[in-house]
Amino acid sequence: MRELFRDAEHLFRLAGVFVALFVAFLVVRAVLIPKSFGDYGHYRAAALGEARDRGVAFAGRAACLDCHEDVGTAKAGGKHAGVGCEACHGPLAAHVADPATVVPQKPDPAAVCLVCHVQNLAKPKGFPQIEPKEHYGDACGACHKPHAPLPVEG
Amino acid sequence: MDQGRRDFLEKTGKYVLLFGAATKAWDFILAGNPEAAPGYDVTRHWWAFYIDIEKCIGCGNCVRACKAENDVLREPFYFRTWVERYHIPPPDLANLGEELQPIVDSPNGGYDGFPERYRDGDGSKSFFVPKMCNHCTDSPCTQVCPVGATFDTPDGVVLVDKTYCLGCRYCVQACPYGCRYIDPRTHTVDKCTLCYHRITKGLTTACCEACPTGARLLGDLKDPKDPLHELLRTQKVQVLKPHLATGAKLHYKGLDGAVR
Repeated sequence: MRELFRDAEHLFRLAGVFVALFVAFLVVRAVLIPKSFGDYGHYRAAALGEARDRGVAFAGRAACLDCHEDVGTAKAGGKHAGVGCEACHGPLAAHVADPATVVPQKPDPAAVCLVCHVQNLAKPKGFPQIEPKEHYGDACGACHKPHAPLPVEG
Repeated sequence: MDQGRRDFLEKTGKYVLLFGAATKAWDFILAGNPEAAPGYDVTRHWWAFYIDIEKCIGCGNCVRACKAENDVLREPFYFRTWVERYHIPPPDLANLGEELQPIVDSPNGGYDGFPERYRDGDGSKSFFVPKMCNHCTDSPCTQVCPVGATFDTPDGVVLVDKTYCLGCRYCVQACPYGCRYIDPRTHTVDKCTLCYHRITKGLTTACCEACPTGARLLGDLKDPKDPLHELLRTQKVQVLKPHLATGAKLHYKGLDGAVR
């Protein structure tokens, strides 16, 4: 046996170096690669949780109706029944979380109505559009109730 | 039973308007710790999106809502969703063989709406096309990422891991729909997340929430009761650039052939 390995001592040393390098590789790999890498694919699965872990700005219409059921009743059956509350009132998750201190401003009808209803050739033909100069200016609220704009009064 | 009408609606209303898991999650959202909401299983959802071009009025609500919800820079170069106006001029009767080139504009991505620039009655047609990430099944952007920083989630959303992104811009060039940009604050890529922080809590995306005409719809195709199934079955739908075989999950109804 000794005869066999007599001239191979340098090979053992080399093998030792290889083993040490391999162990070092395993250690570095374990340190550098995040735990969840590869759980779903070639990426860090924990990134999904980080993407989820954000607050919302828009609370959603269901949250509004939890308190403002009267507005839900007013909108029902009207032309704006399908329009979400925050489409006109803006993002209000902060108000939902703390209704007492975060009090939203009432939108200005002159500005908010025309966001959708100003005339534009590229809009779908059936969509109600006005040219403010030819209509009644920007006093929308004088005739239209924003939560149920039809029928027009007066 | 001295239960008031208000009390009754408060207790039952959310069960009517929110579905199953969303109802449970909602209590956690109100309590301020939405991450603790139980019951989101990535293997049980497959998100898709539907845009009805014939309903889009170009008001820009989606663009503003997206920027507000996702902290997107207000400068007019950074959009996760934007609206384009297509204007197809009348055919030139003297040169009918020549292809008509549509005129496309998107002032500030539609953030401030669209000032009128065309006249009626000249034989042209105009319409709005909302654009956003198509959340492709075979995304060109995820295939080119050298470090695994962008990926398709098991529930069908293309996301970016910002801690891994090098900012090399390969994916920005690879996306055939122009849906990615480099965020100058972090020097990493940014894009539509399909409001992943909302849809995993049972809410819809911010753009859907803000769209006044219902032109946008989020759907979960693993839910057999989702209304999107019915729409895809009964409506004429198309995806952008189908020849690229990206497996886009953003379905357009009423898509004109001129749209690129």
